[in-house]
Amino acid sequence: MSTLPPTRAGRRTRIALAGNPNTGKTTLFNRLTGLSAKVGNYPGVTVESEIGTLRLASAGEVELADVPGTYSLSARSAEEVLAIAAICGLPPLAPPDLVLLVVDATALTRNLYLALQVIETGTPVVIALNMWDMLASVGVEIDAAALARELGVPVVPISAQHGQGLDELRLALDRALAEPASARPDQRLVSESPLLREDIASAAAALPEDWRVEDPRRRDALALWALLSLDEHDELASAPKELRDVVLARRRAAADVGRELDAEIIRGRYEWIDAHAPRFLRTRAQVATSRTDQLDRVLLHPVFGFAAFLLAMGLVFQSLFSWADPAIGAIENAIGWFKALVVASLPEGLIADFVGDALIEGVGSVVVFLPQIVLLFLFIGLMEDSGYMARVAFLMDRLMKAIGLHGRAFVPMMSGFACAVPAILATRTMERQRDRMLTMLVVPLMTCSARLPVYALLIAALFPPSELFGFVPVQGLLMVGMYLFSTLVALAVAAVLGRTLFKGSSMPLLLEMPPYRRPDLRSVAAMVWRKSRVFLTEAGTVILACTVVMWGLLSFPRDAQGEARFDARASELAQAGASDEQLAELENERAAAALRHSLGGRLGRGIEPAIEPLGFDWKIGIGLLGAFAAREVFVSTMGVVYGMGGEVDDQTTGLRQRIQQESRDDGAPVYTPLVGLALMVFFALACQCMSTIAVVKRETRGWRWPVFLFVYTGALAWLCAFAVYQGGLALGLG
Amino acid sequence: MTSLDLLSPGTRARLVSIGGERAFRCRLMELGLLPGTALRLVRKADLGGVLELEVRGCRLTVRHLEARSLAVVPLEG
Ligand SMILES: Nc1nc2c(ncn2[C@@H]2O[C@H](COP(=O)(O)OP(=O)(O)OP(=O)(O)O)[C@@H](O)[C@H]2O)c(=O)[nH]1
Ligand SMILES: [Mg+2]
Repeated sequence: MSTLPPTRAGRRTRIALAGNPNTGKTTLFNRLTGLSAKVGNYPGVTVESEIGTLRLASAGEVELADVPGTYSLSARSAEEVLAIAAICGLPPLAPPDLVLLVVDATALTRNLYLALQVIETGTPVVIALNMWDMLASVGVEIDAAALARELGVPVVPISAQHGQGLDELRLALDRALAEPASARPDQRLVSESPLLREDIASAAAALPEDWRVEDPRRRDALALWALLSLDEHDELASAPKELRDVVLARRRAAADVGRELDAEIIRGRYEWIDAHAPRFLRTRAQVATSRTDQLDRVLLHPVFGFAAFLLAMGLVFQSLFSWADPAIGAIENAIGWFKALVVASLPEGLIADFVGDALIEGVGSVVVFLPQIVLLFLFIGLMEDSGYMARVAFLMDRLMKAIGLHGRAFVPMMSGFACAVPAILATRTMERQRDRMLTMLVVPLMTCSARLPVYALLIAALFPPSELFGFVPVQGLLMVGMYLFSTLVALAVAAVLGRTLFKGSSMPLLLEMPPYRRPDLRSVAAMVWRKSRVFLTEAGTVILACTVVMWGLLSFPRDAQGEARFDARASELAQAGASDEQLAELENERAAAALRHSLGGRLGRGIEPAIEPLGFDWKIGIGLLGAFAAREVFVSTMGVVYGMGGEVDDQTTGLRQRIQQESRDDGAPVYTPLVGLALMVFFALACQCMSTIAVVKRETRGWRWPVFLFVYTGALAWLCAFAVYQGGLALGLG
Repeated sequence: MTSLDLLSPGTRARLVSIGGERAFRCRLMELGLLPGTALRLVRKADLGGVLELEVRGCRLTVRHLEARSLAVVPLEG
C-alpha cells in the first residue's frame, strides 16, 4: 500500500476512483489496472489508497488511485478525510485531473448525492454506472444518456464484476482527459437561496490560499463543504481555525433565526435529484420479495440467525483441521525429504547443522501452516464478498453497544481473526478518536492467523483426535474454544477500558445492508493469493532472519571442554562394543548439554523462574523469547530447539512427535495437555508481534499506546496462563 | 405522530423530524433521510436492537435507541 505523493509537479496524470462504499470501486480498479487490491462486500473495506497504472489509447499511462468509499464529502471518519483530501485535492494533495465516480445503479438516488458534490468542485468527472447487470432484478430502469444530459458529465453503464462496458469506459476517460470541459457541466446544478448564498460567500472568504480556490466554482464548493463538515468535534486537522470559527458563527446565526443550515444544504441536492429523477429513472412495480429478503428472514432472525452464525464458525474451524490435514502432512514430508537430501550432500558439521536446522527446518515448520492460512483467508474473503459480514455486524450490534464499542468495531475485530495489522487500519472507518483507540487496543487480542500455527501444533500434538459425546470433534472444539476465549477477553477488556481510560459514548451506528451477492471467485482467489504470498515472504525473510538469530543464540558459545568429555566417552563406549542405542543416547545427552550451555539456553534458563509457575520449562522459554518478534517464530524456534536437543533421526517425524516425546529430567512429559492449554492461553493474550506494535505507533502517532498495549497484554497473558495452570493442578488435571 | 421504533415491520411512514446529535442528523440526511421523506420499516431485530429501513430504494440500519429520536407519521396502505 502506498499513500498519495504530495505534489502535482512533474507527475503523471492522475485519476481518482471514488464513490459510495461498496459500489465496486476496487473490483473496477482491479479490472482496469490488473492489480489485485482487496475486494469486499462490506462498506468500507478499502482504507488506504492503492495506486495502479491504467493504459489509455491516447493519454497513455495514467495513474489510477483507489480511494476509500464515502457517502458524501462531509468528512467525519479518518478514512473519509483521506477520501476527501484525494477527491478535492486539499493540501498536501493536489486535485486529481479527473474523478472516475463509481455509482451503484441499483441505489442511484443516494449515490447521486455524492456525485452532485463531486461535480460541484469543478473537477472533471466521468461516471461509471456499475452493477448494470443487477438492474432487472431490482426492478429499475435507467436512461444513461438522459442522466449524462442532466448532470453534464459522461455516464458509462458498466458491470465491473463481469468486465462489461470497460472499453467504452476507457474511451470516455480518454476523451474527458483530452477535453476536460466535456466532463464538467456549464453551470452549477444546484442553486441556493439568497440567504444561503450569503453564508457561502462568508465561508468562501475564509478559505485558505493553498486550497487552490482561484476557480469560483471550486471556491463555492469548498465553502459549502466547510459549512457542512466543520464543527467543534470534527477531526479535520487541515482546516484552519479562522475557517472553523466563521463556519461556527454562521451556523449559530442561522439557528438563531430558525434556519438549519445543514438541512438546507442537503435538501437542496436531494430536491435537485427528486426533481430530475423522472427524466432518467423508472421504477417498475415492486418485484416479489427478493432473494436477499428471503435469506435475511433466516440469517437475521434473533434465534436462527445466531445459530447459523455459530454453526458457520464451527464448520470453518473444524475444516481448518480436517481439510488442511492431508496438505500439511504432504508439506511436512516434502520438507523432511528435502532436508535429508541437502544435509546428506553437505559435510557433517556446523554448516550442515545450520542449513538443516536453521534454514530448512526453521522455515519449513512455518510453511507447513500455509494450507490453514489459505483456508482462513478464503473463508473471510467469502464472508466479506457475499455480504454476510455486514449481517454479522447487524447481529452483533446489541452486544457491541452493551460493551461500549462502536457497531463498526465488529468488522475490524473480525478481520483481526486474519491479521491485526489490516484490522487496525480498518478502525479508520470509525468517526471518533475514542472508538478508534478502544478498538485498536483490543483487536490484537483477537486470534490472528499467526497464532494458528501455534495452536494447530499444540492441539494436534497434545489432544488426540477423538469425539465428545461420539460426534463433537475435540480438536475442532478446542480451536473454536480458543477463538471464543480470545473474543470474550477482547470484549471484556474493551468494556473495562471503555469505562475507565476512554469514557464517553460512541457514535450512533448507521450501517448499509448490501444485498447478498454471489462472491466473485476471481477476486477472492486473488486476495487469498496476495495474503498467502505475504505469509510466504514473511516466512522467507522475517521469520528466516529470526530463526537464524535464534539458531545462533542456541548454537554458541560452544562448550569445548564438554564436547571433549563427550568425545572421550563416545570412544570409550565404542571400544566397549556399545549398542547403537547407547550411542544414540549419548548423542542426545551431548546435544542437550550443548543447548544448555548456549547463550539462548542461558537466556531461557534465566527467565525460567518467571515462567515456571505457568508450567513452562526453559526450552519453551526460548521459544517465547523468539515469539516476541512474531508468533510464528515460536514454532520455528521450537523446531530448532528440538532439532538440536532431541534425537538425531533421519526419519524426521515432525515437530508434533518431538513435542509428544519431550520429557523432563525425571522422565515426566514436558507437555501435558494442561501445559499446552496454558501455553495457548499465553499466546492468545500476549501481543507478540512487532508489526502490530509498529502500526499502532503509526496510527496513534506516539509510543505511549503501543507500550501500553504491549504491557497490558503481557501482564494479562501471564496472569491467565498462571490461573489456568495452577488452577488445573489444583483440580488434579496435571 | 409516533417514533420510528414503535412502527411495526412492513409499515410505511413519512419522516417528520430527526433529533439527536448534529453529526448523526447530518449523516442520516445525507443518506437521503430528510424530514418529509417516505420510508418503510423492513425489519426489527429485537434481540439485535437494530431496525432496518428502506429509504429511496436503499437499505439502512439504525439502532433502536436512535430510532426513538426519529418522529414519523404512518402512511396509509
Ligand atoms: N452484480 C455485480 N456485483 C458487483 C459488480 N461490481 C462489484 N460487485 C460486487 O460488489 C461488492 C463490492 O465490491 P468492491 O469492489 O469491494 O466495492 P468497493 O466500492 O471497493 O467497496 P469499499 O472499498 O468497501 O468502499 C463485491 O461483492 C463485488 O463482487 C457488478 O458489476 N455486478
Ligand atoms: Mg474498495
